[in-house]
Amino acid sequence: MAPPTQAEISAEMDRIGTGVELTQPRLDYPPYRSSLRRHPSRALVAVDPEAVERSGPVFGARDVDPLDADLTIAHRGDPIGERIVIAGRVLDARGRPVAGQLVEIWQANAAGRYIHQRDQHPAPLDPNFTGTGRCLTGPDGSYRFVTIKPGPYPWRNHQNAWRPAHVHFSLFGTRFTERLITQMYFPGDPLSEFDPIWRSITDPAVAARLVARYDHDLTEPEWATGYRWDVTLGSGMEEQ
Amino acid sequence: MTVEYTPGQTVGPFFGYALPYTRSHELVPPGHPGAIRLHGTVRDGDGAPVPDAVLEIWQADADGRLPDQPGSLNRDGYTFTGWGRACTDNTGRYTFTTVEPGATDPTRPPFIAVAVFARGLLDRLFTRIYPPPAVGTDGDAPAADPFLASLPPERRHTLFAGRDEHGLTFDVVLQGEGETVFLAHADERCGDGAPGPA
Repeated sequence: MAPPTQAEISAEMDRIGTGVELTQPRLDYPPYRSSLRRHPSRALVAVDPEAVERSGPVFGARDVDPLDADLTIAHRGDPIGERIVIAGRVLDARGRPVAGQLVEIWQANAAGRYIHQRDQHPAPLDPNFTGTGRCLTGPDGSYRFVTIKPGPYPWRNHQNAWRPAHVHFSLFGTRFTERLITQMYFPGDPLSEFDPIWRSITDPAVAARLVARYDHDLTEPEWATGYRWDVTLGSGMEEQ
Repeated sequence: MTVEYTPGQTVGPFFGYALPYTRSHELVPPGHPGAIRLHGTVRDGDGAPVPDAVLEIWQADADGRLPDQPGSLNRDGYTFTGWGRACTDNTGRYTFTTVEPGATDPTRPPFIAVAVFARGLLDRLFTRIYPPPAVGTDGDAPAADPFLASLPPERRHTLFAGRDEHGLTFDVVLQGEGETVFLAHADERCGDGAPGPA
């Protein structure tokens, strides 16, 4: 059977439409074909978090080298592409900074190719770019990475499927229940409306929280353009 | 005030060169006294193994103390940090080396907290791994726990590990027959609709 076309997938996404109640992606989102057999069919079970879940792992200076936050210096030469700074703050549900916590990122190179073996996209690998970084947040919850703007890339969800350019982010709060893995996107990406992973967040205002904004104050003269992206980790447990 | 939580997105297929690291799945070295193997398979709604999933665990030590020590990414072999990360292999299997957790609250059975990520899974899922009651103890005690007692028996058992000669076994079933109980912590944001009955 021929894979569905972009027009067919777009029609499916339009039929599902938008919602304004959900602050998370729908786990059951058939236009993202891989979700069909990988989402729970039962409702999540409500539970009061216990002490284990109200705490979480601690990371520190012995875990992360400060140089890990610069993805452009991992090799001998400079990677190809548009050098950028991505910075922001990690906050909890009350707006308090999440200090000293681990942030991990990974991404494709400027040509839209991951170094991962399973990525068969016929775009060039960059010998000077791996595309992984780590840092610890500062006392004010701030993080900062220097990297290369990733390219969009094709995938096999349907015919002519392309992911908008994105950076994967892995974040920890002070509680295990705040654990978050997500993707950061760039402003004005024309591919977003075609992308079932992006559109699985059916409230456009919520999806927009994943878009960094260009920040000229972060841009460094003669060096790199700057993007700002703040994260609010969910827990709801601030009531306790 | 409405909190503008940042939504999750799938971990995707290409985390394998980014998230795992040396000994990420070894909360204690394999030779550690009291070390156990915690292992199992992640399966999808067709019963097929999921070769591109990541499990993270967080737990108390054997005495029920919650660690507050860094070093999970750069393990010294002695400090128990309580946290680990394991990716599934080509057959959907994962393995941790850890210790059996002690109870943090004497009135509640101990468990290991788990976060599950996978390609195709649009946001992380939380669950718990309860070690089965030790031989010779009150086998009904866990069922007296208010949370476990609230679950129908056919769902409750999905949260209990099995035992084998190396330690604990625990399969994660993302969908369908034997689907693992996944959790929404009270007042917690969640994916598809509000937390519901089991």
